Amino acid sequence: MAIIELEGVSYIYGAKTPYEMTALDNIDLKIEKGAITGLIGHTGSGKSTLVQMLNGLIRPTSGRVLLDGKDIWAEPKKIRDIRFKVGLVMQYPEYQLFDETVRADIAFGLKNMKMPEEEIAERVERAAEFSNLDLSLLDKSPFDLSGGQRRRAAIAGVIAMSPQVLVLDEPAAGLDPRGRREILDGVKRFSRESGTTVIIVSHSMEDMAQYCDNAAVLSRGKLFMYGSCSDVFGRAPMLCSVGLDIPHVTRINQKLIELGLPLPEDVYTVDYAADKIAKLLGLGGEVK
Amino acid sequence: MKDITLGQYYPGNSVLHKADPRAKLVVTILYIVAIFLAKSIYSYGAVVLSAILLLVISRVSVSVVLKGIKPLIYVIVITGIMNILFTTGKTPLFQWWIIKVYPEGLRAAGLMVIRIIVLIMGSSLLLTYTTTPIALTDGIEQLLAPLKKIKLPVHDFAMMMTIALRFIPTLLEETDKIMNAQKARGGDFSSGSLIQRAKALVPVLVPLFVSAFRRADELAVAMECRCYRGGDGRTRMTKLKFAARDWFLVIFTVLFCALLVTLNIYFGPAQVVVEAVV
Repeated sequence: MAIIELEGVSYIYGAKTPYEMTALDNIDLKIEKGAITGLIGHTGSGKSTLVQMLNGLIRPTSGRVLLDGKDIWAEPKKIRDIRFKVGLVMQYPEYQLFDETVRADIAFGLKNMKMPEEEIAERVERAAEFSNLDLSLLDKSPFDLSGGQRRRAAIAGVIAMSPQVLVLDEPAAGLDPRGRREILDGVKRFSRESGTTVIIVSHSMEDMAQYCDNAAVLSRGKLFMYGSCSDVFGRAPMLCSVGLDIPHVTRINQKLIELGLPLPEDVYTVDYAADKIAKLLGLGGEVK
Repeated sequence: MKDITLGQYYPGNSVLHKADPRAKLVVTILYIVAIFLAKSIYSYGAVVLSAILLLVISRVSVSVVLKGIKPLIYVIVITGIMNILFTTGKTPLFQWWIIKVYPEGLRAAGLMVIRIIVLIMGSSLLLTYTTTPIALTDGIEQLLAPLKKIKLPVHDFAMMMTIALRFIPTLLEETDKIMNAQKARGGDFSSGSLIQRAKALVPVLVPLFVSAFRRADELAVAMECRCYRGGDGRTRMTKLKFAARDWFLVIFTVLFCALLVTLNIYFGPAQVVVEAVV
């Protein structure tokens, strides 16, 4: 079942000026409820524009964005309600922190929702747990935290609102492998435990392959590919044709196929690859 | 937020775009003087024609120029009304309560409105629309270079101006981003009382200031890493060249001023001419 649908969505920046640029061109996309969907594309492919449309920060030049089958722009005055339902974590969200304590900052969204104090306190702690933020940090100033901690605090601020759909724009950009894992593990756990639909924008194929159920590929403002991860990463040559990287393990798998080994095309996680190669070598499940 | 176009450079390839920024600065000052020299109906005609000529040769679109005049429409209207109400003459055109409108007032208002519009058009077409901010500060620095002799830090001022101009779009973009991030968490900037709205800006201003200071710090370090030590001994990547076209531009403007003075002498100030017509 689809929770978010885009119907023929286009967006043009700076229409009728010398700087006019089409960012999105006639996109049709259905996001499956409860799934983690990866949105992949090069810089300038329109990923960030697309996610800002999902919660009504920008209005499509043409086309419709549907949440639960209803046009989010049906009543423009109530767009704020949509923003509570579709939580968006922007790129480098650590720069949006402003309050005196991390706790107060995470509560910002909840206060805007006019939630009672007791519930706010409870939700803030739960959100901090999901984003792997140590509870002892909650009473510190956000400016005393490290970059990775601040990032997690900002993500907690959106998770706390318990949105129906959580959208994260490059949540792991610029972090070390451990920081990436902590954030993405937390998001995955949150999605699985609460059943929240998640959309992650990234250009790291490794992360996408590891954490997402579905993947959508954008190229030059158009939807280039959309399907389950095995569908998308199984067509490595097509991804390469639009200049995207494929996961390392997929590349190695491709090389092995070229060398004549009878391996499947849809290899995109290390475990799966190891399994297949082990079978090929007649080792069964021993190699791991 | 994106609609605020400071600097408002309008990309193009016209003669005015190519002209040396120093020439354009000098010509703009001369042109402003020329507009104030205009006294007779004929010299006003010449001034209006020159503004239209600038519009044609700069190839800036008319709608862009009109957009530039729009924010000043109240100033223009109020100036016009003031001139109509407070200019006195011999016989009022009509009279109502304490308001007396004289033909001289209408005339003064018309001329004043034309003067303001031409002033905006001329200076924006000659400078802001056709010169990139960086070229402009370069031009200012070199024009003011003689002041270095009396120990004025001209280069430092120019560098500060360049950096300030360079970071206006960056900070606007940053503001936009932070506002969006807070809107995504239900921040509301467009409703409520004045005090509520001012309070709603705190979540935007705090991160904005923090990031502005961070940027300034990073920029200073980056400049020092590349051994920036002020203007002494610094060479330029693009040297400004005063070409034949620039001399032509300056000479043409001087001649234009001369023409206006001549028109004033031959036809006298506007008052006399219009009275003769009336």
